[in-house]
Amino acid sequence: MMQAGAIRESYDVAVIGAGPAGLAAATACARSGLATALFDEQPGPGGQIYRAVGESPVKPGAILGADYWRGARLVEACAASVAQYVPGATVWSLARELEFGVSIGGTARMVKARRVILATGAIERPFPVPGWTLPGVMTAGAAQILLKTAALVPGGRTVLAGTGPLLWLLARQYLDAGAALAVVLDTTPRANWHRALAHAPAFLASPYLGTGLALLRAVRARVRVIGGVSELAAEGGKRLETVRFRSARSGEQRIAADLLLLHQGVVPNVNLAMAAGVEHRWDDVQLCFAPVRDADFSTSIDGIAIAGDGGGIVGAEASAEQGRIAAFAAIRALKPQASAPLAGAEAEARRALARRRRGRRFLDLLYRPPPQFRRPEGATIVCRCEEVTAREIGAAVAEGCTGPNQLKAFTRCGMGPCQGRLCGLTVTELIAAARGVAPGAVGYYRLRPPVKPVTLAELAGLPQSEAATRAVVRE
Amino acid sequence: MFRRLPEAAPTIAIIVDGKPVPARRGESVAAALIAAGVSQFRATPAAAAPRGPFCMMGVCFDCLVVADGVGNRQACMVPVREGMAIETQRHARKLGQ
Amino acid sequence: MAEEHDIAIVGGGLVGAALAWGLAGAGRRVAMLDEGDAALRAARGNFALVWVQGKGLGLPEYAAWTVRSAEAWPAFAAELAAETSIDLRYSRPGGFHLALSDSELERRAAWLQRLHNQAPPYEVRILGRAETKRMLPEIGSDVAGASFCPLDGHADALRLFRALHAGFQKRGGRYLADHAVDGIENRGGEFRLAAKRGEIRAAAIVLAAGLGNARLAPMVGLAAPVRPQRGHILVTERLAPFLHHPIATLRQTGEGSVMIGDSQEEAGFDTGVATGVVAAMAARAVRAFPRLGRANVVRSWAALRVMTRDGFPIYEQSTACPGAFLVTCHSGVTLAAVHATALAPQIAAGALAPGIGAFTARRFDVPAAA
Repeated sequence: MMQAGAIRESYDVAVIGAGPAGLAAATACARSGLATALFDEQPGPGGQIYRAVGESPVKPGAILGADYWRGARLVEACAASVAQYVPGATVWSLARELEFGVSIGGTARMVKARRVILATGAIERPFPVPGWTLPGVMTAGAAQILLKTAALVPGGRTVLAGTGPLLWLLARQYLDAGAALAVVLDTTPRANWHRALAHAPAFLASPYLGTGLALLRAVRARVRVIGGVSELAAEGGKRLETVRFRSARSGEQRIAADLLLLHQGVVPNVNLAMAAGVEHRWDDVQLCFAPVRDADFSTSIDGIAIAGDGGGIVGAEASAEQGRIAAFAAIRALKPQASAPLAGAEAEARRALARRRRGRRFLDLLYRPPPQFRRPEGATIVCRCEEVTAREIGAAVAEGCTGPNQLKAFTRCGMGPCQGRLCGLTVTELIAAARGVAPGAVGYYRLRPPVKPVTLAELAGLPQSEAATRAVVRE
Repeated sequence: MFRRLPEAAPTIAIIVDGKPVPARRGESVAAALIAAGVSQFRATPAAAAPRGPFCMMGVCFDCLVVADGVGNRQACMVPVREGMAIETQRHARKLGQ
Repeated sequence: MAEEHDIAIVGGGLVGAALAWGLAGAGRRVAMLDEGDAALRAARGNFALVWVQGKGLGLPEYAAWTVRSAEAWPAFAAELAAETSIDLRYSRPGGFHLALSDSELERRAAWLQRLHNQAPPYEVRILGRAETKRMLPEIGSDVAGASFCPLDGHADALRLFRALHAGFQKRGGRYLADHAVDGIENRGGEFRLAAKRGEIRAAAIVLAAGLGNARLAPMVGLAAPVRPQRGHILVTERLAPFLHHPIATLRQTGEGSVMIGDSQEEAGFDTGVATGVVAAMAARAVRAFPRLGRANVVRSWAALRVMTRDGFPIYEQSTACPGAFLVTCHSGVTLAAVHATALAPQIAAGALAPGIGAFTARRFDVPAAA
C-alpha cells in the first residue's frame, strides 16, 4: 500500500530511490514478505526517467512516448505491494552498519536496515562550456522534467546541443508537442561512428535499434540538425543571448537564443554510495566512476547492493531487472525459504538483462562525449558552486596539487552544496590530463555525509550516545 | 523561454517578489517561475553572477529562493501552494531566515 | 635519481609548509615532501583559530610561545599577502569560550584560575551573561557567560595553506607531491630519504609529518610519541555576516559559512563521520546560537589531530643524527607565525634555541610523581 505513514526504526530491506530499479526491487522484496521501505526525495515515484508518471499533466498517448508510460506499470506494481513508500524523503547519510539518516518534512531520523539497495540512478554528465552558468542554459534532463511535471515547452528561440539518446528523445517530444526548435547542434564526433561500428551487429539485434533509428529520422525530418559541432559557448550579459558554435561544415557561427539545452549523456549518481565507503572504480568506456559489484549487484560493503543506473548506465528496463536481481539476493540472505520459488523469475531477469546489454556498447561508444567538452579550458567555470575556473585548476596542478582532495584545499573547488555532482568528473579528468595519468589513478573527491544539506536543528534532534555527548561537552 | 501546454493551465497563484504569479498544483516553484518568465533566481555570493535553475532535480543548487520566509530552498524541490510567498535571492541568506 | 638540497621537510601540511616557507626565505635550498591525494592530513582538521586563551596550563613556555605567535601573526600575514597577493583574512577581534550553564561557567572560571596562578602572559576575563550578550547579540538563553581574551583571533586556513605553498615556491622551494617517505638514512653527513618516486638527499631534514612522525622519528634517533585524536567539523551554507568574533567551537568564515567544532574522540585512525557526534555538536551550536537552527549543514568531516600526551608540541633536534629536527603540534594555524619566523631561522642556523628545550620529547621520560 502506498503510504507515507510512520517510519519504523528498522526494516528488513530499505530501498533508496524510486526509479525503475528501486520500484522493481521494493516490489520483489515486499512480495516475498520482507519488511520493505522505499525512500525517495521526490514527491512522486518514477525517479527521473518516469518522473511524474502517475500525475503528469501531459495527456497520455501523445508527446512523451510509449517508453515513458511503461513506467506507470512499475509504479502500480509497487503500489499494489506492501512496500512502505516514503516520498519527500532525503537520505543524507549511510553507514557501513546499514544505518542511514533520512530527512522528511524538516525532521531527520536514523533508520536501520538489514539490507540496503541503493537505486539512486543517474545525473547529467557535466557539460562545462563557456557561459554554461548563465540563466537560460539548462540541461536536457531539466527540460524533460519541466515537460513531464508541468507540461512546459520552449516558447522562444531554443537550441539543443550535445550528444546522446536523450537529446533526440527530447527533440522529438518537443516537436510532437508543437514547440519550435531553432536548431539541434550535434557534438557527436565523427570518429565515434567508426569506433561504434564494430559493435553495430549487436546493436542491430538489440531492442534499441528500432526506437533509436525512428527517433533520429523523425527529428531530422522536422528540425535543422548541424553535425560535427566541435566548439560551443553560451554568451550573454545577465542571461543567455546567443549561442556560439563551430562545426566541421560551416565554421564558426552565432545564433540568437533564449534557451540552450545541454546534454552529453548521464552518469551514475555516486554520492551516497561513496559517502558510505562503497568501493568505486573508473570506467573508461562510460568515462565515469562506478561501484565495484558482483553478479548480484552487491558492493564492497556487506549488505549494500546498488541496482540501476547508479551502478553504471544501463537504461530504464535493465535498471528494473537489476533491481529484481538485487532483491532476489536480499531475499536469499534474509528469508531463504522464500527464495526457492523465485529461481525462475531470477533466471528470466538475468536473461532480460543480457538482452538489454546487447547493443549498449554501441551506444556507449557512439555517444562518448568528446574530450574538449569534458576538459574545458581557460575562464570556463568548472565548479559552479564556488566559481572555480579551468585555469585556476590548471594553476593548482602546476603548483603541485595531485588530486581532487588537495585541489579542494587549494581552490575551494568541490566545497559547495552540490558536493561535486557538477564538477567532480571534470576535475578528475582535468587533473589526470595535466598529470599525464589515468583518471582512475587520480581518484575522486572524498565524499562524506550529509550528501544533501540538513539543518543544524534537524541534526541536533538526532540521538546522541553518552560517548558522543562526552566527546563534545568536555567540561 | 517556456510556455504552458494548453492541457496544463494554471490553477492557483503564488506571490513572487510581492507580485502574484500563476501556478499549477503539482508543479515545483521553479517550474512556476520559469513559466512566468523568471530566469534569474539568485546571484552568487562571490561574483554576484546571475543564476537560475539548471538541473531541475535537486542536484545543482542554483535555483535557491526564499520560500515562505525560509532561505536557500531549492525551488525545484518545493511544490507550489496557493498563496505561498517566494522571494528571489539577491544576497546571502540571513541568520534565522 | 638523487636530488640534493640544504633542507628536506617531510610533510606538506600547515606545519611543514610554514617551516618550508620560512626556511626558503632564509636562502636555503628547500624541498618539501608530501604524500598523495588520499593522505590523513591533520591540516584538514584545523579550525583556523589563532588562539591564545587557555593555552599552557602545566607548561608556561607554551603559553609564552603561543602569545609570541599571536603577536607575530599580523606581520606574518602581511608578509605572505605582499608576497603572494593572497589575503589571509586574519583578524584579532578577541575570542570567546562560551559556557552553556552556570556550572560550565564555574568550571571554566576555576580552570582559568589555575592557569592564572601560573601567571601566563595574557589576560582572560570571565564575562557574565549580560556582557556576553552585549558583545554577541545572537547568543541563546542557555549561554550563562563566557571567557574572553583580546588576543584571540582567526584567519582563513585554506588561504594560509595556499599562501604558504605559493610563497614557498616563489622563494625557490621545491614541492614534491606523492613523495611519501619510506625510509631515512643518515650517512656521511647527509640524509637520504627514500620515496617511491625517487631518493631525496639533504644536508638537514625536518620531520613535520604529523602522525607519520611516529614512524619516521626513530630513523633519526628521535621519538615522536603522538597519537591520533579525532575531531569533527561541520560547515554550513553561506550566511550573511552575523558573528564577528571567533568562538572556541564556532566561527563564521570570510565567505559567510559557519564552521562548528570541536569534538575530541579517541577513535584510532578512523576518520569516518559519526552521526552521534555530529548531533551533539549541532545541538550545542543551536543552544549557543538558536537562530542557527535553520542553517543547512553542507559538509562535515572528521580529521585526526596529532596529539602528544600533554597536548603540547614536540620540538627537538637529534644528537645521534645531527641535522635532523622533529616538529609536531596540533595548533598549526596559531603557531604558523612562530614556526615560520622563529623556529625556521633556528633550524636554518642548525640549532634550536635553548628556550625550546622545554618542548623536547624527553619531558615524557620524567617519571610521574609518586
